[in-house]
Amino acid sequence: MNKEDIEKIAHLARLGMTGQERDTYAEDLSRILGLVSQMNAVATDGVEPMTHPDEAILRLRPDAVSLEADRDRLLALAPDSRDGLYLVPKVIE
Amino acid sequence: MRFSGEFPLTLTIAELVQGLAAGQYSSAELVQDVLRRVEAQPGLNAFITVDRDGAEKAARAADAARASGQNAPLLGVPIAHKDIFCTAGVRTTCGSRMLADFISPYDATVVARLNAAGCVPVGKTNMDEFAMGSSNETSFFGPVRNPWDVQRVPGGSSGGSAAAVAARLVPAATGTDTGGSIRQPAALCGITGLKPSYGRVSRYGMIAFASSLDQAGPMAQTAEDCALLLAAMAGFDERDATALTAAVPDYHATLRSSLEGLRIGVVREHFGAGLDAAVGAAMQAALREYERLGAKLVDISLPNSGHALPCYYVLAPAEASSNLARYDGVRYGYRAAEYRDLEDMYKKTRSEGFGPEVKRRIMIGTYALSAGYYDAYYLKAQRLRRLIAQDFGQAFESCDVIAGPTAPSPAFAIGAKSDPVSMYLNDIYTIPVNLAGLPAISLPAGFVEGLPVGLQLIGRYLDEARLLNVAHKFQEATDWHRRAPAGF
Repeated sequence: MNKEDIEKIAHLARLGMTGQERDTYAEDLSRILGLVSQMNAVATDGVEPMTHPDEAILRLRPDAVSLEADRDRLLALAPDSRDGLYLVPKVIE
Repeated sequence: MRFSGEFPLTLTIAELVQGLAAGQYSSAELVQDVLRRVEAQPGLNAFITVDRDGAEKAARAADAARASGQNAPLLGVPIAHKDIFCTAGVRTTCGSRMLADFISPYDATVVARLNAAGCVPVGKTNMDEFAMGSSNETSFFGPVRNPWDVQRVPGGSSGGSAAAVAARLVPAATGTDTGGSIRQPAALCGITGLKPSYGRVSRYGMIAFASSLDQAGPMAQTAEDCALLLAAMAGFDERDATALTAAVPDYHATLRSSLEGLRIGVVREHFGAGLDAAVGAAMQAALREYERLGAKLVDISLPNSGHALPCYYVLAPAEASSNLARYDGVRYGYRAAEYRDLEDMYKKTRSEGFGPEVKRRIMIGTYALSAGYYDAYYLKAQRLRRLIAQDFGQAFESCDVIAGPTAPSPAFAIGAKSDPVSMYLNDIYTIPVNLAGLPAISLPAGFVEGLPVGLQLIGRYLDEARLLNVAHKFQEATDWHRRAPAGF
């Protein structure tokens, strides 16, 4: 992992990072990927990937409204809101 | 015995339920004493939030309910919740700056069910940030200290819950376990902690870390108490898409069943290199105790479990990177004070709101899921996960439960493990269980240089009743679980 890799991943994850942090993360992530590479010691050809401990098909429920969202209460949690809407910086000029 | 103002909190939940029912003390008296104990120990840093008003009110309501002839299985019993469970009206931080001021509009199902069973919630316990850690050092609110030696970690991520129960501040607490976060702190603090089968307890309102691994469970002094708590926590919940519909058995009814003829699998690989020799000796002594109780030891092998750690450190971060994408400074939680545009707001909010370990895992997960790497990491890890799970299936053909160490060593010093990989190695015996979705319990099984060590029992899928039985019989024959640290 080099600084450029870190920069690219940080952008994908929408994490800001200083130059100093890039060095630290490059070192830490390389070490973790070293651990992860131990997986390659095991032959897994033909093994079905296991996505979940309980692989039963997810249960369905009637297509009916089951939760009445309390709009005001949820909006009250937002860092910034107005007139029933979440406010974010302007995206389109 | 009449309540005397100095409450013997060495009492278990089973004993408190009796004392409350017999009128020896009220819930209000009991809860006052718990709050006094909690507030007298700020140095342990076991709690992030203490809800004195809410606890006093709930205790009075429990006493009033009893006076009017009502009852509930845990009526008036105080409990603490790991700060990963949403509690309506009381802040839920998940150990993070991101949620430092977050007040959930609803209760987690675990909290609602324990309330319905009569529990009195007294506060929220400290934890590793977003449950990512094995020492409680990643909490935004500072590390928790181990009551057996305050220079040492309590384990993690449910370290506040473990320390609070170990110091007898509260009789029980909730925890969550994604790779060992109930069992490892239970072992390091000398208490009993159960991770149920995946899906046994609802995840609704439990802040997500890695959704195919996360599971909630009880932490208490004894297996009997864990049985009482699990009975209240477990069961189907339509608000969790992966909650199991299987009926919840009567865990208490089988607690005292004989162990005559029980086959205990001993994992060859768990007693190899990496295990502290003194911890190994304590495990051997525990296994001999089981032989005296009529159990037979069976040598078993989990050949792929040695690869569980790398497998987990792909899958858990991958799921975490997806789950934690929701923290964007828009709908709730922290938002950076200054930013240029929307993308800058996301980046500043997330880099300021998350701590280093959470960011490391988001980065690893993002990398593993990114174009060109998916097959080599994520898919490879999922294939390996199946091999690890299959090993357990094979092992359980020749045994009924599996026994071994919960953690490779007793509690280590705060600050001792600064390299992330050396920290991850704490969970080598617990992680395979989460990957397979099985239930497991850690119970006190001796001391090494004054520090508690834990025995881990792993069960078949949905066989919590047997685990609790096997753990309880050990606790009838030993008193490790009765030992409490001095000075609290």
